[in-house]
Parts: sequence; structure tokens; C-alpha cells
Amino acid sequence: MAGLELLSDQGYRLDGRKATELRKVQARMGVFAQADGSAYLEQGNTKALAVVYGPHEIRGARSRALHDRAIINCQYSMATFSTAERKRRPHGDRKSTEMSLHLKQTFEAAVLTQLYPRSQIDIYVKILQSDGGNYSVCVNAATLAVIDAGIPMRDYVCACTVGFVDETSLADLCYAEESGGVSSLALALLPRGGQIALVQMDARLHQDHLDTLIEAAMTACKGVSKVLDQVVRQHLQEGSTLRE
Amino acid sequence: MLKSKTFVKKTRAGGVMKIVREHYLRDDIWCGSEACRECKQESTVLQADACIESNLCPYPHYVVPDTNVVLHQIDVLEDPVIRNVIILQTVLQEVRHRSAPVYKRLKDMIQAKEKLVYTFTNEHHRETYIEREQGESANDRNDRAIRVAVKWYSQHLKADGLKVVLLTDDQGNKEKAEENSLVVYKFDEYVKNLTANPELVDRLALSKDDKAEIISSKVLFPEHLPLSKIQSGIKSGTFLQGTFKASRDNYLEATVFVQGDGAESTEVLIQGLQNLNRAVHQDVVAVQLLPRNQWVSPSSVVLQDDGAAKDDDMDEDEEEKALRISAAEAAGKPTGKIVGIIKRNWRPFCGMLNVSQIKESTRHLFTPADRRIPRIRIETRQASTLVGQRIMVAIDGWPKNSRYPNGHFVRSLGSAGEKGTEEAVLLLEHDVPHQAFSQNVLSFLPKMPWGITPEDMVKRQDLRHLTVCSVDPPGCTDIDDALHCRELENGNLEVGVHIADVSHFIRPGNALDKEAANRGTTVYLCGKRIDMVPELLSSNLCSLRSNVERLAFSCIWEMNHNAEILKTQFTKSVINSKASLTYAEAQMRIDDTNKKDDITESLRGLNKLAKILKRKRIENGALTLSSLEVRFHIDSETHDPIDLQTKELMETNSMVEEFMLLANISVAQKIYDEFPDCALLRKHPAPPPSNYDILLKAAKSMNVEIHTDSAKALADSLDVAKVDGFSYFNTLLRILATRCMMQAVYFCSGMDSDFHHYGLASPIYTHFTSPIRRYADIIVHRLLAVAIGADITYPDLMDKHKQSALCNNLNYRHKMSQYAQRASVAFHTQLFFKSRGILNEEGFVLFVRKNAIIVLIPKFGLEGTVFFDSKDKAGPSLVFDEEGPTLKVEQTTFHIFDKVKVTISLDDSNIQHQKIRMALTEPVIPGVSVAAPDVEPQAKKPKVDH
Ligand SMILES: [Zn+2]
Repeated sequence: MAGLELLSDQGYRLDGRKATELRKVQARMGVFAQADGSAYLEQGNTKALAVVYGPHEIRGARSRALHDRAIINCQYSMATFSTAERKRRPHGDRKSTEMSLHLKQTFEAAVLTQLYPRSQIDIYVKILQSDGGNYSVCVNAATLAVIDAGIPMRDYVCACTVGFVDETSLADLCYAEESGGVSSLALALLPRGGQIALVQMDARLHQDHLDTLIEAAMTACKGVSKVLDQVVRQHLQEGSTLRE
Repeated sequence: MLKSKTFVKKTRAGGVMKIVREHYLRDDIWCGSEACRECKQESTVLQADACIESNLCPYPHYVVPDTNVVLHQIDVLEDPVIRNVIILQTVLQEVRHRSAPVYKRLKDMIQAKEKLVYTFTNEHHRETYIEREQGESANDRNDRAIRVAVKWYSQHLKADGLKVVLLTDDQGNKEKAEENSLVVYKFDEYVKNLTANPELVDRLALSKDDKAEIISSKVLFPEHLPLSKIQSGIKSGTFLQGTFKASRDNYLEATVFVQGDGAESTEVLIQGLQNLNRAVHQDVVAVQLLPRNQWVSPSSVVLQDDGAAKDDDMDEDEEEKALRISAAEAAGKPTGKIVGIIKRNWRPFCGMLNVSQIKESTRHLFTPADRRIPRIRIETRQASTLVGQRIMVAIDGWPKNSRYPNGHFVRSLGSAGEKGTEEAVLLLEHDVPHQAFSQNVLSFLPKMPWGITPEDMVKRQDLRHLTVCSVDPPGCTDIDDALHCRELENGNLEVGVHIADVSHFIRPGNALDKEAANRGTTVYLCGKRIDMVPELLSSNLCSLRSNVERLAFSCIWEMNHNAEILKTQFTKSVINSKASLTYAEAQMRIDDTNKKDDITESLRGLNKLAKILKRKRIENGALTLSSLEVRFHIDSETHDPIDLQTKELMETNSMVEEFMLLANISVAQKIYDEFPDCALLRKHPAPPPSNYDILLKAAKSMNVEIHTDSAKALADSLDVAKVDGFSYFNTLLRILATRCMMQAVYFCSGMDSDFHHYGLASPIYTHFTSPIRRYADIIVHRLLAVAIGADITYPDLMDKHKQSALCNNLNYRHKMSQYAQRASVAFHTQLFFKSRGILNEEGFVLFVRKNAIIVLIPKFGLEGTVFFDSKDKAGPSLVFDEEGPTLKVEQTTFHIFDKVKVTISLDDSNIQHQKIRMALTEPVIPGVSVAAPDVEPQAKKPKVDH
């Protein structure tokens, strides 16, 4: 039989969502006391932990320092237990290195690095459980951690993975959809200004569909930003009540 | 966003992997009923007043069929009487996994507005989702899910005075439903009580209880292995998986095609009922090879399963024995037995009823028109009306203690032997889509009156001033090509091939495009054409008729007088053809030296160049093969064939052909250069050497040598093959050579590396010149239009996988249309001979078989078999020598190419398989040959010479 039916004629996806609906997003900020900032975020069954240190002095080779802004150092890893088959190498493989680089580029676009010349900001993200959209979940978790660390940003960076199937854009793909032959695209957005921090796509897609897909991704990112905003506000409220 | 939805995790363990998936439950899934006031739905499907004339359920109600009812009773469910149906998502998914054809039909049914079928997504509804319980099988869980959904529906609609009826054939499910106080009926019980359409009862598939009655307790066949065992057997190599192809000539024999690694595939021979083990043509099966000492070779005996129903005691033993003896003579081929069925590929079959000898009986045998399909036992109360009609029957199952599969009546096509019925049969049997175009499709046609607008002229060259003309067979209304030739100032020649610009009218992805893509080709039957695109396009707007302005796609070359191409240009254009000629008219103009007008000069230029092109092509090793094409003169009033002649080829035929080939090659190169990954091309593989065996043997018997190392060698040796005093020999040899060839196929350049066209000796080839009647050409037009910047691309055009899938469909449709065409010629040949009585004609032996010779009658292009053995009486002594091959009948030996005389008559003793019967008159063999008929043409019975 032909694989899975990703979108039924009634408009439901494999897990019961409609095309534009996101998975359930749940998050907590400040989960670690030692770090400068931290956050835990679940987007459906994909779960990520982000930890931020800095800004602090450059460690290691001083020559890397930039005189007009801070450098951002990102490290992405996956827990060995995060996928159905145990992972042999949690970080340092080609995929993780690429992902680290993408995260770095994303946050260089969002963080006001010029405020901290000659310093460094470290962002560590670990996927604890993987069910599709790893990059997006990492970005969203890291955003919360950066905010928790009190590092100023232009705006939230929100990311979402979208796919295209049967002339329809699907928002926030899960693993079954990502592996089911959908051309997927990951996009990170600064929602208020509508600036795109990063677009990443490996699959082939006809040019005619690109605009609709990016449009769908931006809408989804805006949806994510609303949820993150709520999490931050709630966190602030809790924090202020504690202090009183 | 998802606040309202609670959320459970569904864990599925498959193999060693544990897969965790989210499963969202919603409360915004509505019931789809017009009567409901609770749901906030925008549109509804199911009627408030859902009544059907029934003794059982006279109240308004909706029906919910379970999975097995959908799978087995789809013929009844499709009837327009049954409306207001709820299909649960659980059912839809199960059907999708279990039968692709039924799933397709179910989806069509859901889409048909007048059927009022609503799909309820119960698996994602908060109140109807259930989890699998400990120890519960997946099937039981699904049955329970169906019951829960029905329960929810009945409560949901109670206030609105509507009932919901569960239909199932499963006794256990029914009892459990009754415990839950649901309204539930057996499907046949429900249908038998419908007063609206009593005829529906015949279409019911047999349920399990009925089957038990019919079949004897005796087990006739070995058990089929369960799928799990088959899979492990295939993995370990004990079994092979392949497609079952029944033999057309011998019902006790079949072949299984096993696809090996790569392109390699093997054939496994299956002989005898036990080994065939209930596999039906086209099923995907598992075979086990027999030990090498039991291997046999395919028999050349023709065996047909006819006569009265064999009541389950295998009296075929004798026939099987005959088979084995004849088979044991030669070294064996891999032989095996069917151990299990991986996938059934049953479809409804056309055929006729053999009414049971017992008058009151309601069980009858059905004989399919396709000889490869076994006879099917059906139950019907209308046998007396169905006698002499062509009907359709579907198979329900084949229990191991039944000699024949069980099935049910689907519908009647009309009286056998009538032209309309027979045409319907041959279209259905060859899977030719022939329904009238739907309103949706027609809505994409241009609005009339149509004219060329200034927007059309952007990116188009105005070629209306050129002296373009078309040359086609007489009566052609779908003219897709036109030509011109003129001398340029520099002394060179400009030659243009102008092809109807169909892709201008058929835009990618709309309903019209999809319909054409599915049809794939126009099918030409005798006196009837089944169009690929609606008539407005095929016979009017796209047809390049004379003296009207038409849009075209032009391929224009600058050539010198040696027909060497100096420059090639492709452009969209507007032309105004100056004349639509027939081949004969064009020929007359060329030959008439007094004519000096532009059209004639243009034709002469073309003709001259075409001769040079042809010569060059043949020097390169292109083959010219023969097949006798027959055409009928059809009486314009009765539409009966009145005369029959083989197609005559004129110089102008080959003139047009030559330029079409040239255009196709030029375009193929262009689109491949531009789109190396997704050009749609056509290739013709070289045949494997063994294909030529029969040709070599036949030629050798006449002391002629044929070389088959390359197409050129073959072409050259065919050219010199001559036998004194036997002028027809060369044609016969070419006919034989044609039979050795492989089928040419469409393919996508990104999916293949071998592009060679063997027959045309061209490294690359495609189809560009007939977009009105071939869909491949439309795709090629689109690719070329993008390549020259005249049109834009669209996603599917650039997707090599989608294009490859399209090629598969096109190849299938082309093959089927050829078969349908041949079947139509055969049918008209029969009509023709029916009116002629018995004829005595001269023919040549084309093939020699173990018990027959196959004779070609050049006068009619007709091939027929002369059998030397018969069932009723002792046959003559037959000695077959495979080396020759020769067949010695009594004292006379037959070789290939022997000249014989035969009588031709129509054998209508079996109305379903009316056939042309040939009997030998010369050479005279006592006891075998018959006397030549009297000159009086209306004599009916051949006189047998004893
Ligand atoms: Zn409702």
C-alpha cells in the first residue's frame, strides 16, 4: 500500500490536527539555578532544554574577540535516548555541527550583540526527545533561555517547520510527516518586524510553491510567538510574586 | 489554539521499534446531518428526511457499513438507491490498507454529491475515540470503535427523530452491537428487504454461510499459507514472489513472473489445478519451486475449460495427464506451485452466463470473455433474462473445497453479438476510459465563439502567409500536423512542421488536463473513435483544418538540398493551412506535371527531401518492418463492414512520416539538453538474441541467412532476402521480424540511462507530433515551450518521480488501446465473414505448432489457426519437429512459409468467442482437409470429406 495518508480528504492530519494547527507547546523558564538563563520547552513530543551562559569574557583564544560586538557560541546535541533507536554519538557529528551553525546564525540576527563588545555568549541546546522539528524547537527553547538570562534581543525569535503536501501547507511537522516524503522548510522569524532570521530547506520544491510555504511558515511562527509571550509573562508574574 | 483538545498518546509497537505518536482529540468534528441543531457545521451532507423504501427500516435512518461490508459489497453500496451513508474513518483506513481498488471506488462514492455519503472522523473525535484494551486484537478494537461511533450517532440524533443502522456481516459484531442496543442488521438482510430495487439482491456478494452450502465438503486445493509465513519464506528464499499470468490457451498452465534484483527477472512455470491453487490472472503470489526432476516445459497444447460444470470431483485428471506426457518430452523449465496469495487483483469481469441444466437452480457458471480468467459460479434469479447477454461479474472468494471461485452479478451490458454491446465489452476488458466527458472537464474548454486575441500573439510568430498544408488519411478530422517547404533567397530550403498547439488549451492540473492524462491516448476502433480530449478541441479548435487560423507549435529547419540540417528553430505560431489533402490527393498533385501552384511545389520539395532523409535513415540501420493493417469500408447507414482491404502505402505516407520523425528527434534533443532530469522520451530496446530464434529458423528453412547482430545487419539482410518465384517471401519475413521486437516505451530521462531507439536507429527520440491524440506529446510540448521561454513551468513537470508514474500510465494505456484496436478489427472481421459465408482463400503458414498451423491470408491481412486434432474423434498422426520447426500430419509435412489453401468461415457455436474458423483444402490430406466450397457464397455448412 502507498505510505501514510498525510492529509485526509476531510482535512485532518495523521495526529488529528488541521493543516495550520500547531502542536501543543508547553514551556518553563529558569529551570537551572547555576546557569545565567535556562528554559525547557515541549512542542508535541519534541522536548528540548536550553541553557545560556554570558555575556562573559572570551574563553580560550582571545584573538577570536570582536571589537564591536559579542560572539555567540552555540552547541547543539541530542540525548542518546532521544530517538527510537539509541544514538551512538550525541554531538559532534556532521548533522549536529550544521545545526549548531544554524542556531548561531539565527541568534546573531536576534541578539543585540553590539551591546557587549569583546565578550561571548554561550547557548547550549539539548534535544531530550525527538519527534520532528528539532531545529525549531531548539530555537524556541533557546529564545526563552536568552530572555531568562536577561540578554536584550530585537524580538523573540520563533521558528517553525512547515511542509507541503497535496497543494497544502502543513504547519509544525511531526516526525511521521517529516519522514513521509514531505518537502519541509524550517524558518526562524522575528515576528514583530516580520524579518526572517533564517530559512533552511533541503528538499526540492517548485518555485511556484515557495511563497505560499514561506507565508504559512511565518503565520505559524507568529502563533508560536504568542505562546512564548505568554510563557514569559507568566514567568515574570511568578518571579515578582516570589520576591514580594 | 489547541486548548479545547485533550491529548493522549498512542503507542504502537512495530518490530523492535517503539513508535510514539501524538493523537489529538477534538470536539469540532460535526455529524454532517441536516437535521442536527447541535453541531455548528457550515454545510451538511446527510438529509433530514432520509427514507428508503424498505420493509425492515421504514423510518428515516442513516446506514453505517463496517469494513467487511464495504470491501465485499461495494457493488451494492454503489447503487444509487442506497444514500445517506456514514463512512467512519476507521472503516476508510482499513479499506485503504486492504484493497486499493475498493478504496478508490469508495472515495469516488464519497465524492459523488448525489450519493450523500458523509465521512466521520471518529478516531479524532473526543467522544468516539477508544484505546485498544489489553489482549484485544486490532480487528476487535476497530469493530468496537465502529460500535462506539454508531452508539454516539444514535444518541446524538435521537432528538431529531433519526436512527442509525449498523450493517455488518459478522455475527459476533452483530451480537455485541445488539447488547449495546444498537440497530444492527446483516447486510443481505437489509438489502433483501429493500422494496426500492429488488434486483439489487443479485449483486450481493455471498456471505460465509451461503458459501458453505454451495461447496462440497471435499477439499480440492491445498491450504494457502498465511502472510507471515509467506514473508519469512520469501526472506529465506524458499518462496518467490511474482505476478501470476494465466495462459490464454491452456487453462491448466500459467507463468509467474518473478522480478529479480535489477532488471533481471525469471519465469516460473505452473502446471495443473493443484499447483495453480486458486490463483487468478494478475494476482501477486508466492511460489515454491519443485525439485529439479519434476521440472517440465510449457506445452504447446491448446486446452480450454468448457463443457458443463464439473462438480468438484476432479475429472480433469485425463487432461492433466495429456499435458504431462507432452511436457515430459523436452528439458524442463523452472516449475513450481503456488503456496499462497500475497495480493488478489480481482476486478469485475465481462462475460456470459452458462445457465445451469437444472431448471430451478439459481446457481450458474459464468464464463469470462478473457480466457485467462477461470469460470465463476454465481447466484441469480434472473438467469432466464440474462441468457444471451453480456454481463459483468465480480469474484467474492475461492474456498479450498470449490472447483470454481464464487462471485456475484454486477450488471448487464446488453445482448451478445450486438455491436454496441461488443464495443462496450472490449472497452471494459481493455480498461479504456470511455465515459462522456464530465461537466467539470468540459468547463475548462474555451468559450465559443473562439478567436485569436492579441494576448495570444505575444510570444508567437505570425506564419499565416506561409503555404502550409496537411496530408492525412481520408476522413481524418483530428489533424494534428501540417507542413510547408519553400526556397530561401540563399538557395537553401526552409521546411516547417506545424503541430496543433494543444497545450495552449489544456492547462496543467485542471480537470481537463487530468482527464486527458488518465486517458493517455485516443483509441481508434473500427468506425469509432474514443477521444482523449473533448471534440471541440480534437475536431475543431486544435485541428489544423484548411483556411482557418489555428495556433500551432512549429519546428522550422533550414536545410540544404542534401537534406542536411543547417539551423533548427522552435516557435509557437499562428498558421492558416491552405489545403487539407489526403495521401492520394497529395500524390496526384506531385505526379501531375502540369500543376505548378505553390502547394504542389511545396509538396514536391518535401517529397524530394523526404526521400533523401529516408535513404539516410535506412543507411544508418533503421528497420522497415511490415505488419498488415486492415481497414474496413463501413456502410454509412448500418455501420456494418462491407469491404475490407489492407492499407496501401503511398510515397506521400512516408513523406509525412519522415518529417514527423525528424521533428520528434529534433525536439527530443532540445528538451533533453534543457531538462536532462525530466525530459519525457521514448525508447525502443534492442530485443534479446533469443527473440530472433524463430526468424532465423524460418529463414534458414528457405536457405536465406539473416544477421541479427545489429539493427543495421538485420535491415541489410532483410533487404537482400529473396527467394525466386516467391515474391511475398520478403514481406512474410518482415512480419516475422516484427514479432521479434520489443515494445517501445515512454520514460523519464532522469530515471534511465539507456535512450536508444532500436527500430529507428536513433540515439534519442520522443513524441511531439500528435498532441491531439497522445498525452505524451502534450507534456513534450510543455517542456519545449518552457525551453524556448514561451510558457512557464509547473511543479509536476519538473518532478521526475511524478513524470515516471505518468509514463507508466501512458505505456499501459497505449498497450491497452492497441489490444482494443486489434480486438475491434477481429470483431469486424467476424461480422464481415458472417455476411460472406464460406470463402476459399490462399495463405501462407506463419507458425507451426504442435497440433496446429497458423496461416496468414494476405488478401485480408487475416491470421487464423488450423487445428489438426479435435476433441470428439481420433486425430490424425502428428509429428512435431522443433528444429525445423515442422509438423508432419499423416504423410504431409508443413513448414513455415508453405503455401496452403483454406476455407474461412465464422464459427458462432460459442457466441461469446465467435471466431474465424479455418480448415485446410490444399494440400489434400485424406481425413483432415475439407473440400473447397461451392462457388455459391451463401453455403453455410462446410462439407467434410471422409
Ligand atoms: Zn450533530
